[in-house]
Amino acid sequence: MAGFLDRISGRAKSADSAKERLQLLLIHDRTNMPPGMMDDLRNELLEVISRHMDVDRSAVRIEIAHEGRSQRLLADIPLKSTRPRHGN
Amino acid sequence: MAGQVITITSGKGGVGKTTATANIGAALAGLGHKVVCIDADIGLRNLDVVLGLENRIVYDLVDVVEGRCKLRQAMIRDKRLETLFLIPAAQTRDKNAISPSDMQRVCDELRVDYDYIIVDSPAGIERGFRNAIAPADQVIVVTNPEVSAVRDADRIIGIVEAEEKGPAQLVINRINMDMVNKGDMLAAADVLELLAVDLIGIVPEDQAVLVSTNRGSPIAMDKKSKTGQAFRDIAERVTGKDVPFAPQDGENGFFGRISKLIRAGSN
Ligand SMILES: Nc1ncnc2c1ncn2[C@@H]1O[C@H](COP(=O)(O)OP(=O)(O)OP(=O)(O)O)[C@@H](O)[C@H]1O
Ligand SMILES: [Mg+2]
Repeated sequence: MAGFLDRISGRAKSADSAKERLQLLLIHDRTNMPPGMMDDLRNELLEVISRHMDVDRSAVRIEIAHEGRSQRLLADIPLKSTRPRHGN
Repeated sequence: MAGQVITITSGKGGVGKTTATANIGAALAGLGHKVVCIDADIGLRNLDVVLGLENRIVYDLVDVVEGRCKLRQAMIRDKRLETLFLIPAAQTRDKNAISPSDMQRVCDELRVDYDYIIVDSPAGIERGFRNAIAPADQVIVVTNPEVSAVRDADRIIGIVEAEEKGPAQLVINRINMDMVNKGDMLAAADVLELLAVDLIGIVPEDQAVLVSTNRGSPIAMDKKSKTGQAFRDIAERVTGKDVPFAPQDGENGFFGRISKLIRAGSN
């Protein structure tokens, strides 16, 4: 019944919000990286890589994933296919 | 075999450390083990009240450490459970009155004659917490199914690992199944998945806990209580027994999920 009301009112279960919020919160706490810093990291990473390669900025994915209690930084950075270089 | 030191801690205050210490201690004594509970929350003495032993205090932990009495003189024997003892905290001193090495010395002396030494830690990550985990062979972290308590538990679990006292074991206290079923409380399986740690107990939210605290008689001594059973199960797991997280009244799916998670985590 409560579930039905939630569905028609479009309100999510509060336990689901708690879990989603905690998932992010714990990643940032464990890596000691404030949420706002991910944007800085992303921009700086792309700046360096763009100096050497042609990056498809719109499709870039940078995130912290976790496996048990350890975290890893995952960066999926698609490259634009470059025109063949001449003159080398 | 030398006695084992088990420290009960948490990040956030008020999640049920003292309640857990009293009940796990009483349940272990109920199994016939020789148990000493130490209140390491200096300045905020509480374990004496939960155990109903407050009127028999003469000396406390700081008196022992500062040499005003022998260890035996500060130990209060429970009249109901002959193998259960309490060393109370000092009420008028602060956490700096003892050091981590004092705790180690006291516990090493107790290990000789007792099977389990259960240390009730203060909340937080400061001196009192450091004192409490210093002698630990095993650390139990208590949390509630609530955002801030889970967050703080994660922090503590990380520190326990960094101090090489890990892996910590988790007690999820105050689970209210009605709220879980309505989707308004994190389920034990969710908390476990978030914290990625070993589970040692799930304790329901139960008004009878307050009643038993009013009486100074831990609920684990009440053989008919389900909440008491939850604490007795934890005590058995502490002794190394593999007590399943049994399905309870129609919560099959929920407990099934938990045992799956545990199995996934243990191989
Ligand atoms: N399973 C439970 N069901 C209902 N009430 C509970 C339960 N566990 C603990 N409580 C209540 O919660 C309150 C806090 O418990 P307790 O004193 O054990 O927490 P604590 O972690 O030791 O607190 P502190 O951080 O202040 O030392 C008490 O009033 C206690 O009776
Ligand atoms: Mg306490």
